[in-house]
Amino acid sequence: MLEIKNLHASIEGREILRGINLSVNAGEVHAIMGPNGSGKSTLAHVLAGRESYQITAGEVLFEGKDLLGMLPEERAREGVFLAFQYPVEIAGVSNMYFLRAALNTIRKHRGLDELDAIDFLKTVREKMKILDMDETLMNRPVNEGFSGGEKKRNEIFQMAVLEPKLAILDETDSGLDIDALRIVADGINRLRGPDRAMALVTHYQRLLNYVVPDFVHVLADGRIVKSGGKDLAHELEQKGYAWLEETAEPVKSGVSVR
Amino acid sequence: MIATTEKQLLSTFGFNKTLNENGHWLRDIRDRAIARFNELGFPTTKLEDWKYTNVSALAKIPFEAAAADGVILTREQLRGVFLAEAAFAENCNRLVFVNGHYSGELSSPDLCDQVIATSLAKAIHDESPSVRAHLARYAAYDLRAFVALNTAFIEDGAFIEVPAGAVIETPIHILYVSTSTEPAASHPRSLIVVGDRSQARIIESHVGLGDEIYLTNAVTEIIAGQNSVVEHYKLQDESHSAFHVSTVQVEQGRDSVVTSHSISLGGKLTRNDVTVVLNGEGAECSLNGLYITSERQHVDNHTVIDHAKPHGTSRELYKGILCDKSSAVFDGSIIVRTDAQKTDSRQSNKNLLLSEEATINSKPQLEINADDVKCAHGTSIGHPDEASIFYLRSRGIDQREAQALLTYGFANDVLDRMSIEGLRVRLECALIARLSHVAQTRSRE
Repeated sequence: MLEIKNLHASIEGREILRGINLSVNAGEVHAIMGPNGSGKSTLAHVLAGRESYQITAGEVLFEGKDLLGMLPEERAREGVFLAFQYPVEIAGVSNMYFLRAALNTIRKHRGLDELDAIDFLKTVREKMKILDMDETLMNRPVNEGFSGGEKKRNEIFQMAVLEPKLAILDETDSGLDIDALRIVADGINRLRGPDRAMALVTHYQRLLNYVVPDFVHVLADGRIVKSGGKDLAHELEQKGYAWLEETAEPVKSGVSVR
Repeated sequence: MIATTEKQLLSTFGFNKTLNENGHWLRDIRDRAIARFNELGFPTTKLEDWKYTNVSALAKIPFEAAAADGVILTREQLRGVFLAEAAFAENCNRLVFVNGHYSGELSSPDLCDQVIATSLAKAIHDESPSVRAHLARYAAYDLRAFVALNTAFIEDGAFIEVPAGAVIETPIHILYVSTSTEPAASHPRSLIVVGDRSQARIIESHVGLGDEIYLTNAVTEIIAGQNSVVEHYKLQDESHSAFHVSTVQVEQGRDSVVTSHSISLGGKLTRNDVTVVLNGEGAECSLNGLYITSERQHVDNHTVIDHAKPHGTSRELYKGILCDKSSAVFDGSIIVRTDAQKTDSRQSNKNLLLSEEATINSKPQLEINADDVKCAHGTSIGHPDEASIFYLRSRGIDQREAQALLTYGFANDVLDRMSIEGLRVRLECALIARLSHVAQTRSRE
């Protein structure tokens, strides 16, 4: 489904990704771990199409198509979804209006009818319940006044509504208490399926206790330095990242990207 | 020295029959106003209050008095004009004026018996004691040239009087329509007197049909009695080449609550002055404003909140969305008089620039003469947030729509403060249409 080949990316002339190679097949869940500043979030944003990063080399194929040649909205319509680490607050625009607009552009792209407000509510009600979200949230502005946990749940809720083929979850577990983590993990697990791939970007191993990955990759200094099965995450938890960094090139001091 | 156009304007100055008699109280006022305008002339940019708004173009146009006779406007001609649609919506009493003159055919002031909603000309003719007691007593024609000009031309407009203790649920919509086919000036005058303990919502809309240059110079005086609740909407969607100058002067009694909404969408040059005097203890006012400018439009909002008595509260939020080479001015004064202890005042002006070439001059001014008060103000000027746009795009919404959505969201908290649901929805739709038009024009560039 996703084929990343020798991907290099930089921001403001500073190289962050230094040759990423990764393939993800439909039905698989990949965890991408690594210390702060290793390039995890950059990778997530580059895949979603953030324009502030420059791609300096490499290619990314999504279902055989050139992903890097697509606009962010085209990627979303093709089925790529990024759950943000820091979801943005959009003042004055209700969740309902925003999510329905998003769903309808994606539905249109897939050749489905657009949903009116009533059909939309019917469709999403069940998904709100799974993520334990209050229906009144739909009438509130996007993420405005949401707690950290509510924002993260809202990201997973959006994923459940938009039903992407490839979901990239950027630090979705950070800042969650254990109850919220369970709800979010449950939401993620329900979306696992043979046609959907997921990439979980995380600093901690905690989420992986609840969402068990098929593969674990460790990113350090802009490269994948180690890949393995789910046990690799446990190993990292015990030994820390320093154990791996010794095997990679030294991280430049002062380089820090979330 | 008085310029040619000013002379021309004044030459159209006449008196209707009632006022012809010497010694008529209104004739005296008009005489004083015209004399004052003769002295003041049109304001120049040398005046601090007009520094960023140049009306010299106005002085070059040979305005005629807007035609009253022979203009027949039908409901059909107003179709598609969204503010007219709002006025004609069910559940709205309306007073319609064509080129400043009352249209009995288009109006429908079906109020309960106790409220008077009629043409000012009729009220003057009928010698309404309230008109005599209040008309031209608040808007300062001795200080402001455009008020002087309007006052000199007082002839017709809306007169609304709500007696004490009445709650008027149904909004009253005053619709001023300009249909000029040649450069014309009209000076609509509205007088709104809301009695003690009463409640009323009044919408004042200004729209233009056709593309001819014209001047609307409107003055509205609102008197809010003790403990009254008044909501006033001033909605401006004049045609492209119009000059729109307006003054809203509010006098608040003890414990009254006044909300003023001012929305500027159309016109080539707009100047709005809103002045509220909290002239009774415990009075409260909210001033909400929204201006959306594109191409070479210019909108200037000057507001004055004058806290004259203790325990007053004021809240002000003015927001602007500026596109293309348009420009806007916000000048908001808050005055706290020596007596006005325990005043609580907050002012905010926020601007979203959608173009590098748009300009905004924002000037908050606080003049505080009491020592136990809370006053806060803030101004912001910014461009659409790149992170927000990316967030929306990452959900499948294209760049153009994402920007329109953010802009709409920016404006929405002003519209959210409107209590008339139907009107708010119409404004939202008009806003979305306007914004997507702006975005489309931009994406073609």
